[in-house]
Amino acid sequence: MAEIKCKDLSKIYRQGESEVRALDHLSLEIEPGSFLCLSGPSGSGKTTLLNVIGGLDTPDSGEIWIDGLRVDQMNKGDLADLRLRHIGFVFQAYNLIPVLSARENVEFVMQVQGVPARERRRKAMDILHEVDLDGMENRRPAELSGGQQQRVAVARAIVSRPKLVLADEPTANLDSVSARQLMELFRELNTHHGVTFLISTHDERVMRYARRLIRMQDGRIIGDEPQAGAGG
Amino acid sequence: MSGSLPVAALSRLAWRNLWRNYRRTLIMLLAIALGAWAMIFMTALMRGMVDQMVEDGIRALPGHVQVHHPLYRDDPSIENSMSEPGAAFAAAMNSPAVTGWTARLRVPAMISSERENRGLMLLGVDPDGEVAVGFEKDSIVEGRWLERIDDSGIVVGKKMLERLETRLGKRVVLMSQDPDNEIADRGFRIVGVFEGTLAAQEEAHVYAGRTTVQRMLNADGEVSEIAVAGRDYRDVGELEALVIEATAGKDVTVRTWKQLDSYLDAMLGVMDGFVLVWMVVIFLALSFGLVNTLMMAVFERIREIGLMQALGMKPSAILYQILLESLFLLALGLLLGNVLAVASVYPIRGGVDLSVVAEGMEMFGASAMLYPALKTDDMILANAVVIVLGILTSLIPAWRASRYRPVEAIAKT
Repeated sequence: MAEIKCKDLSKIYRQGESEVRALDHLSLEIEPGSFLCLSGPSGSGKTTLLNVIGGLDTPDSGEIWIDGLRVDQMNKGDLADLRLRHIGFVFQAYNLIPVLSARENVEFVMQVQGVPARERRRKAMDILHEVDLDGMENRRPAELSGGQQQRVAVARAIVSRPKLVLADEPTANLDSVSARQLMELFRELNTHHGVTFLISTHDERVMRYARRLIRMQDGRIIGDEPQAGAGG
Repeated sequence: MSGSLPVAALSRLAWRNLWRNYRRTLIMLLAIALGAWAMIFMTALMRGMVDQMVEDGIRALPGHVQVHHPLYRDDPSIENSMSEPGAAFAAAMNSPAVTGWTARLRVPAMISSERENRGLMLLGVDPDGEVAVGFEKDSIVEGRWLERIDDSGIVVGKKMLERLETRLGKRVVLMSQDPDNEIADRGFRIVGVFEGTLAAQEEAHVYAGRTTVQRMLNADGEVSEIAVAGRDYRDVGELEALVIEATAGKDVTVRTWKQLDSYLDAMLGVMDGFVLVWMVVIFLALSFGLVNTLMMAVFERIREIGLMQALGMKPSAILYQILLESLFLLALGLLLGNVLAVASVYPIRGGVDLSVVAEGMEMFGASAMLYPALKTDDMILANAVVIVLGILTSLIPAWRASRYRPVEAIAKT
């Protein structure tokens, strides 16, 4: 479980002479084991917030703490290690490695972590079973449907049991059935394994699964409300 | 190793990535293979030509190491001769490093036929010993080679025969100086005609039996030169040391062929430098294709590289992966190139007849037949140049790939 604290975060993107304020003095605390959705229109800063929390990007100012570690001051190597050991990413566009099979994609993170081959293979097969991809393990991404690819990406994100999963529009390219299955899977991992989920979305159906919904606009939080998280 | 991948996993990724665009990879492989072929094949031809020049030059000397009176090189007259080598020297030459040795009397002389006179170098030789150090009996195109050390006939070059306007079986008169500076002369019958690898040799050398020449010059037991041949003309250090030891205490000078003919030695040095320059030039042409291929491969995968970094792969591992791709490409290309080069040299190992341009080639000491010399050292050098420079060149795209910021790389479409 991960406790996240963001203090006074700002991030400005410059395009020529114009400036886009992606994060505007944003502060946020996320309890360990949360299941939280970020919603808001495009350009509201959801993806930027996920990126800076995940160490993929750095804020211009402010502080980010994950379980007492100061993320915004880490060097590239430490950030890579943080992402490797503690954070799972699920992206909107699946982002699988095309030359690797489903199982090899899932094993990739464990391989980088140095997990022994036998254990790696067992965990990969277990998690592929968990995401209902039995029999698909040797298929390459191009041979899988969008929903199946996203499930492989989720399997890769959670196979090492990270403390935190950051999911950026994970259902954007999925049909409603696949989207519901994915959210059920997220909720189960959150409930049974205590993994903290931080999900950015436009999708009202996804928001219904969240136990906390944060609404953003112009890089600021304009709403922060608890929910039942009933889903469906 | 946290943040990196085991070499086996990196290799698998690199190998599969290499074949994502197999057409591009095949074209690049072909380019590397042709480059390697050109390096090795052309070097074998050039090396063969220089080897031939050096070997022909040494054959004209002949002997890899020679012993002379200290003043003989400045004044090659009968006065500057030395005693025939004894049993101790012969025993010392009974070594695996020595393939043959001989002692000869070598003095400037004049030859007269019925019509013409020519200056020449008269060689009083032991026929078997001369063959042992490199004279080729096959070069006799008319008549015979000398049969005994006291053979009373002479063997002349084909060109000399033409200049003298005489023919096989005719008598000629040889004239030189004896140790008392008196004229010494004698009639000889031409018993053989040789064709030299070098025109100059054909025109300047006349062979006769050693004791016959010694008697003619009143120089019994005297020789001008002891010649010793070894296995490899490039490596004469051991041979030189052996001869120096065998002649210790005697008033003689020991020289290797490199000291006797510094032009030939310089030729070898120039050749080594030229081979390296030739290889680097070919590689430079190749490197543009290599960098372009890897750059394209990197640009096509920016998003994927960003993803790997997002998943926790360190920049150094990205760099290694791209370098491995380059290494596979280079190694495969080199393998093909090496096979192609060996396959090209093999059918012409018996020599290529360049007699159409031989006149021109003889001007700088090369013979009409070109024997390609495929040397392991040259093949290793060509492969090393491609691998080392190839990896260094690949550092450019590899470095760029490892420097992408994950957030920007993932956003690329």
